Amino acid sequence: MKFLRDTWLIFTRQMLLVWRTPARLVIGFVQPIAYLVLFAPLLKTALAPTGAQTYADAYRVYVPGLLVVLVLLSGFFAGFQLLGELRSGVIERSRVTPVSRTALILGRAFSEVVTLMGQAVVITVVALPFGLTVHLGWLMLAYLMLALMALMACALSYAMAMLIPSPAALGPLINSISQPLSLLSGVLLPLSLAPGWLVAIAEWNPIYWTTNGTRSLFTGNPGDVSVWAGMLIVIALAALTVTWATRMFARQVR
Amino acid sequence: MIEVKGLRKSFTLGKRRKTRTVEAVRGVDLSVAEGEIFGFLGPNGAGKTTTARILCTLLEPDGGEAVIAGADLRKDPGAVRTKVGYVPQGGTTTDEVTAREELVLQARMYGIGKAEAIERAEKALAAFELTEFADRACRTYSGGQRRRVDIAMGIIHEPKVLFLDEPTTGLDPQSRAHLWDEVRRLRDTGMTVFLTTHYLEEADALCDRIAIIDHGEIVALGTPTELKHGVAGDVVTVGLNGSGPRAAELLDGHDYVRKLELGDDGLRLYVDDGTTAMAQIMRVLDAGDIHFDTVELHRPSLDDVFLIKTGRSLRDK
Ligand SMILES: Nc1ncnc2c1ncn2[C@@H]1O[C@H](COP(=O)(O)OP(=O)(O)OP(=O)(O)O)[C@@H](O)[C@H]1O
Ligand SMILES: [Mg+2]
Repeated sequence: MKFLRDTWLIFTRQMLLVWRTPARLVIGFVQPIAYLVLFAPLLKTALAPTGAQTYADAYRVYVPGLLVVLVLLSGFFAGFQLLGELRSGVIERSRVTPVSRTALILGRAFSEVVTLMGQAVVITVVALPFGLTVHLGWLMLAYLMLALMALMACALSYAMAMLIPSPAALGPLINSISQPLSLLSGVLLPLSLAPGWLVAIAEWNPIYWTTNGTRSLFTGNPGDVSVWAGMLIVIALAALTVTWATRMFARQVR
Repeated sequence: MIEVKGLRKSFTLGKRRKTRTVEAVRGVDLSVAEGEIFGFLGPNGAGKTTTARILCTLLEPDGGEAVIAGADLRKDPGAVRTKVGYVPQGGTTTDEVTAREELVLQARMYGIGKAEAIERAEKALAAFELTEFADRACRTYSGGQRRRVDIAMGIIHEPKVLFLDEPTTGLDPQSRAHLWDEVRRLRDTGMTVFLTTHYLEEADALCDRIAIIDHGEIVALGTPTELKHGVAGDVVTVGLNGSGPRAAELLDGHDYVRKLELGDDGLRLYVDDGTTAMAQIMRVLDAGDIHFDTVELHRPSLDDVFLIKTGRSLRDK
């Protein structure tokens, strides 16, 4: 099928570019790993009220939050790269060919998702010696949830980049969306520590559910309501944003 | 091969209140025959790139029709895409990848299978003398090498028509001459080439036919020779010593003088037949007892054509 073939073509090309610019990949790691090594050890005492007694407990709460931040924030920045490629003529060069328009955007989004998941795996592995233990099956499910979050963030960022094709204006817009989304989701510390009114607001934030879902999978509570609720929410949001982004792209670039 | 009628396109700039409309292309008609090099000559902002992008399906026109290699631009842009190749003004090689990877990708985007794409890339690399650098990152290429990769990408799917947007801008004279030869070679294989340029010499030396475009409109169209002859057969320049105005007065009104212009370099007379006119001019000047330093006879250039049609020179920009 032409569409699948084209998506694969664009995906492999973008992965090649990721591979050839390792600096970008490394920069993506530095911050999460610094947090993991320098900030997480503080958490054993901070998280004691939630029942955390060992470092392993603390890491099981902290690492999923860190991964959510990673995929969301990096995903939100995908739009800048798209703008760069629209300007440099790389996309124009694809557009004179009959390559599928949807593939041009999906192939790019998938390569971002795969890169982010690669980083997520490395961060998980780095956390193991600190005492993180997690059930492999639930971990895979957590990765799926993270991948869908990454896809959603990328697609949203692409759509916004096409709506506001100026990097100077796009930055503040993305910040003003990602800040409240992550603050109100308890990515750094679980909101079970928060006062009731804050939780009441956070319950309206879809990222709150996906963060809690990811965390429940890491802590070995796959039966928690946030797992299936988070999964449903992120599937719906990913479908919505991907549709929006591909529509915008097809309209803008024919 | 290319039939264009009444093509127009305008851009709206600015936001809500302060909008400004730029009419980039204002009713372009042209027709390009199979196997010719057609030049689109015009100054900056004339609408060359806009026209080329419309014809390659990258921009939707506001009005007009175009049929390219038998495919209707509006009704079947997909068919147009498979028949044209486009090499944009700025070039599009990516720094991190090699020429071979670029060529294979471009071929694959046209739907060509992997094995065949690799084979075609190999051939294109050889044809454009790029084999030596084929596996080096594009970042390391010279301007001329990059441009050759761009063109090789443009023809990887063997299009019927190739659009080249200012292919030699920024190249040194030697690379330019090399590129001209390559374009001629493509034409000799039967490809139709549509190229934009703002170099008079390039239009003159390389193109079989040219259209001169200014402010979105075609002001002249024909072979370089036709265009130049349309202005005048010859130009006679008489170097005069201070007596220019009197000489102009004496010569004005003679029926063999089509047009006459007094400039810094002397008196320019546009005439049909230079050799006979020159004798007549000298006789008039002798009779008027006017001394002249030099008399030169030369052919009109495309700049003379542009000057007569628009009142401006293409050279002083
Ligand atoms: N995307 C756009 N948005 C707004 N205005 C545009 C756009 N593209 C072109 N224009 C305007 O249309 C006019 C024609 O531009 P075009 O790029 O076709 O000129 P050109 O002949 O290719 O010039 P050059 O020799 O500088 O490349 C210019 O006034 C330009 O500012
Ligand atoms: Mg141009």
